[in-house]
Amino acid sequence: MSHGNMNLTLKVWKQKNKDTKGRFETYQAKGISPDMSFLEMFDVVNEQLINEGKEPIAFDHDCREGICGMCSMYINGRPHGPKQGITTCQLHMRSFKDGDTIVVEPWRSAAFPVIKDLAVDRSSFDRIIAAGGFVSVNTGNAKDANNILINKDDADEAFNAAACIGCGACVAACKNSSAMLFVSAKVSQLALLPQGQIEKQDRVLNMVKQMDEEGFGNCTNTGACEAECPKAISLENIARMNREYSLATFAQNKIK
Amino acid sequence: MASSSKLNARIPEGKLEEKWTKYRSTVHLVNPANKRSLEVIVVGSGLAGASAAATLAEMGYKVKVFCFQDSPRRAHSIAAQGGVNAAKNYQNDGDSVYRLFYDTIKGGDYRAREANVHRLSEVSGNIIDQCVAQGVPFAREYGGTLSNRSFGGTQVQRTFYAAGQTGQQLLLGAYSALQRQVGMGAVQLLARHEMMDVVNIDGKCRGIIARDLVTGKLERHFGHAVLLCTGGYGNVFFLSTNAMGSNVTAAWKAHKKGAFFGNPCYTQIHPTCIPVSGDHQSKLTLMSESLRNDGRIWVPKKKDDNRKPNDIPEDERDYYLERRYPAFGNLVPRDVASRAAKERCDAGYGVGASKMAVYLDFAANTERYGKIQANKLGLHNPSKEEIIRLGKEVVKEKYGNLFDMYKQITDEDPYEMPMRIYPAVHYTMGGLWVDYNLMTTVPGLYALGEANFSDHGANRLGASALMQGLADGYFVIPYTIGDYLSEEIRTKAIPTDNEAFVKAEAEVQERITKLLSIKGTKSVDHFHKRLGKIMWDKCGMARNAQGLQTAITEIQQLKKEFWENVRVPGDANELNTELEKAHRVADFIELGELMCKDALHRNESCGGHFREEYQTPDGEALRDDDNFAYVAAWEYKGESQFELHKEELKYENIKLAQRNYA
Repeated sequence: MSHGNMNLTLKVWKQKNKDTKGRFETYQAKGISPDMSFLEMFDVVNEQLINEGKEPIAFDHDCREGICGMCSMYINGRPHGPKQGITTCQLHMRSFKDGDTIVVEPWRSAAFPVIKDLAVDRSSFDRIIAAGGFVSVNTGNAKDANNILINKDDADEAFNAAACIGCGACVAACKNSSAMLFVSAKVSQLALLPQGQIEKQDRVLNMVKQMDEEGFGNCTNTGACEAECPKAISLENIARMNREYSLATFAQNKIK
Repeated sequence: MASSSKLNARIPEGKLEEKWTKYRSTVHLVNPANKRSLEVIVVGSGLAGASAAATLAEMGYKVKVFCFQDSPRRAHSIAAQGGVNAAKNYQNDGDSVYRLFYDTIKGGDYRAREANVHRLSEVSGNIIDQCVAQGVPFAREYGGTLSNRSFGGTQVQRTFYAAGQTGQQLLLGAYSALQRQVGMGAVQLLARHEMMDVVNIDGKCRGIIARDLVTGKLERHFGHAVLLCTGGYGNVFFLSTNAMGSNVTAAWKAHKKGAFFGNPCYTQIHPTCIPVSGDHQSKLTLMSESLRNDGRIWVPKKKDDNRKPNDIPEDERDYYLERRYPAFGNLVPRDVASRAAKERCDAGYGVGASKMAVYLDFAANTERYGKIQANKLGLHNPSKEEIIRLGKEVVKEKYGNLFDMYKQITDEDPYEMPMRIYPAVHYTMGGLWVDYNLMTTVPGLYALGEANFSDHGANRLGASALMQGLADGYFVIPYTIGDYLSEEIRTKAIPTDNEAFVKAEAEVQERITKLLSIKGTKSVDHFHKRLGKIMWDKCGMARNAQGLQTAITEIQQLKKEFWENVRVPGDANELNTELEKAHRVADFIELGELMCKDALHRNESCGGHFREEYQTPDGEALRDDDNFAYVAAWEYKGESQFELHKEELKYENIKLAQRNYA
């Protein structure tokens, strides 16, 4: 079945599971329409592989509207591909030219082991949130919402940090595999809001501790994370987290 | 009409507005020591699942959460855009619990249960309080209070929002609460696990069979109760606004093990989605209903008008919603707006290359916002360009992410020209039949959120799905589950070498082996697309008896072909996405048949169920309250065999009337 007139060569990372070695395989994507999303192009290639009796390429994806954070392809050396501010599922083939060769790899980080082909294990992010990325308020304890007044600018800034989709592009982009942008986005969101004040010291200390235990690297301020983040999460969050971390360390040492 | 003896909705006695308060205060409790030994399985981690799991764990129950995604934060609630309703009356515009209740019953075309909907309205305000306490960053006014906007089917502003990402923010709030419990060891999280079947022992649900999607291993899990929070089944149409993985498998397996399926034919077709652009398309993208606040919907007055939208003068445009429904205008409910768009396109007034689209135009409101902003900034004689520029900034703040998404997908700039939109499958009001406690017809098996049928009747109002998911999880199930679990405190955990677990696992294993051994010539997607086309053409926005009968035959044929000729590559003991899809599509095919049978038996039009044979002279849905004011609950009786049971809908507080939005 033909859809369009672009023909592409794909070099895709294939790896059976985390315990086996991977390698690049070359595939031809034929009859691709510029209106397809990058993942729809993969659908076409996979359909073709299945029809030929071969095994399709495994990749993570779900909502296909840029919000669930599940898709995770490293395309031509950049997480989520060549365009800024979007996820792989929102990348369209019109961003490529007929005849292009496209290299597709999984996220590369010790803290994100490969599960199969392009799918990686990002459960380390869940454990970081479990370490402190919350406000400890049981259901039923809340007072009327408008009793908490919040300055609009603070609310907007908290929202901008909360827009993180947890895809891990920041880690994939970083030469140190640092998760500082991800962690700082949650720390910032809650540090900016009155609801987050009570636990803010423990929160930042516990989340950073978990981040280190998961094997993420340190931040050396190259800013690749911000540049590649599909939701434009700002580096300022990292500065805010460092400030919160220093204050918390100082305060807690003094108490002890 | 009397309700079937097999259906007991357990609606408490007493006055409507006192039912929940009284019930909640008298329902059986489980003491804290006993809670620690009671195990609850939650399948699905969206708004309903995450909020239920977090709350039950806070109360002291032992909870296991399953999700097929790699993290609970990715459940499809994350994609909800516009907002969440609550009867707070913060805008002082006459809102109340009763008005939200009334709007929801009316919006559902008088096919929902009064008691459930009233309870939903009562707890709606608590949801906002809870979310704010968790740090959910809702939009705010300059004075620091929460902001609201309008949604369809209402005349008040009761929708709370966080830009066009409300679902994301609410889900991340619930996910945080869930992860807090995971961190404390109160919840065991099993991500990349899919539920394959429920396990019943002595007439009660006692656990599930799950597949570890990474290793392919089948696992047996015991629970004193099982909560299905697995969302809707819109993907039966192949193309929908659902996520690629959204599926009916959990609900369908429960159905085949004794849970009745309620109103399967009630499907919501959302009026404002980006139109289909080609046969490569894998999913459709919604443009939030909130855009209808500020966007005006129109088509050219002239047929086959090929001019660019901005070149068509004002008096040659047909703002057909404002024309037909002056009182609600662009904010009529979704079913009404969708049908009106279809009517214009079918009549030859559609726009774009396919002629199957209408315009959603922001020009007028961009200008209005620009003028307001200019006044705020103290600019007294702003130029037209200045006004437009300021207006675009306001529009960007409100809907920026949606406009960007539209541009990314269509390669057209919605700040410069109107969006082209068309209806698409979005939500399913039908689902597992549940009683007032949210329990299905299988004791111990519950369904929450979109997975149940209960609150939206035949059409859901915008911003009410988030409300229902969180109401069920945070504020309903924590109370109602006590009614059942208080009787279970003497039940010890059942070992999973029990024969019922062994048998259920063997059946799942057999099906996996079967799917892998067919080695046919057509991919799973091939069958899914064919099913989707049958459903969209014959059980979509408009249905008729003849089409539905044909569809049933075609689906039975498709099912036969699937089991003879599907090709599922790879092995069972590894990550195998084709195998996952094959299971889901096999269940969608069976569900599709039931949907058509339900649509065929309901000889009336109501809400999202529009039978062409039953319409008013103006083309509105024509209900038949004398014969169809009931919930259709279907019992599985064997392959292609379903028995209908009726739950009579009694309206004691609201008078049944023809919906009127004009």
